Amino acid sequence: MTVNVMNSKEVTKKVFNKEELFILDVRNESDFQDWKIEGENFAYFNIPYFELLDGVEGIMDKIPSDKEVLVVCAKEGSSIMVAEMLSDEGLTVSYLEGGMKAWSEHLEPVKVGDLKDGGEIYQFVRIGKGCLSYMVVSNGDAAIIDASRITDIYLEFADSIGAKITHVFDTHLHADHISGGRSIAEKTNASYWLPPKDATEVTFAYKPLEDGNLVEIGNVKINIHALYSPGHTIGSTSFIVDEKFLLSGDILFIDSIGRPDLAGLAQDWVGDLRESLYKRYRELSEELVVLPAHFMIIEELNEDGSVSEKLGTLYAKNHGLNIEDENEFRKLVTENLPPQPNAYQEIRETNMGKINPDEEKQREMEIGPNRCAVR
Amino acid sequence: MEANKVLDAKGLACPMPIVKTKKAMNELESGQVLEIHATDKGAKNDLAAWAKSGGHELIQHEVENDVLKFWIKKG
Repeated sequence: MTVNVMNSKEVTKKVFNKEELFILDVRNESDFQDWKIEGENFAYFNIPYFELLDGVEGIMDKIPSDKEVLVVCAKEGSSIMVAEMLSDEGLTVSYLEGGMKAWSEHLEPVKVGDLKDGGEIYQFVRIGKGCLSYMVVSNGDAAIIDASRITDIYLEFADSIGAKITHVFDTHLHADHISGGRSIAEKTNASYWLPPKDATEVTFAYKPLEDGNLVEIGNVKINIHALYSPGHTIGSTSFIVDEKFLLSGDILFIDSIGRPDLAGLAQDWVGDLRESLYKRYRELSEELVVLPAHFMIIEELNEDGSVSEKLGTLYAKNHGLNIEDENEFRKLVTENLPPQPNAYQEIRETNMGKINPDEEKQREMEIGPNRCAVR
Repeated sequence: MEANKVLDAKGLACPMPIVKTKKAMNELESGQVLEIHATDKGAKNDLAAWAKSGGHELIQHEVENDVLKFWIKKG
């Protein structure tokens, strides 16, 4: 039988379409427990490749013959070895091209809406890590918000739709992923905007992003309106695009809310977080479409793979927005928090420009899920 | 640390460091120590988990100029 190769884009399509897939993950158990490919109709079996060096006979009864089988490892080498062994036993299987490393770096652009005077807004779904970034396009100009370090994707996408990147924003100093914002701005001569309260230690020049700033994209004047909304970090800023979309950064997600502890100041910032979610956002139109910087679980994806919901719906359904008692809220966001993202301190320092790890090191720092939320 | 055998797995990508380690281990007697040099960063977690599941003991590991070094005592 033959060994096929499946790439991250094809697996993403199966996630979006809720297709079935059997994943044989041959990484070691702790890596699998920590982070895996998530799909609503995916089934899993984990056995480390080094348990299979003498043959796969022992696991043949675990592999279904009526489902598509994908063998996955960290970088692809071991999955090819195991896939070939399964093939020798008569199974037709695929391996994941580039392994979890490629999965972590795959970005899928999804159009989330049209702007009223022409133009579009795209969401870049980093499916393996749950990070979301955005491109607002109008009349040949583009703005990028919360870019990942895989900068080529944005540059190539902008090129493909004939847009020039003129503004690059980060809603806050990220702790879970390395920002590509500065690099994109340097390559395109665009302005790089950061909230100054998050940028007190950065080692490079930036444009200070203040509450009420209005940035226009394209000559049809698409508004990007900055709204100060601290709590995840002291500088966290949201954007209202075209009076229709609320880019909420790491403050508000679909089924969870931001955590205030990643810069080490949970107790100090919990009041800010509450004020942002329970007062500042409350004053906004319930018709705004919330576009967050993360998703946590695959169930948060819409039918088309995008992640968005009306603000009014979130006020009705998101548990984190419906805690009357302030003490209870304080407890939720400061106690029993999920583990912090891998290498989050080093990631913050990289985003400040204090350290410059090479690409291999950056990959390693970003491994695993994002863990920026509390539910 | 004294080793009975040294395995150079530098420059090899996963799964080769473990494939070679397993072969080298087969040639040792119980209680003898294998020293492994590798550059694949994934080798660290995998060798530790492999040693454990095979009943061997990872006695020591260190990093020297981007080379990961491991000492595993055969079980």
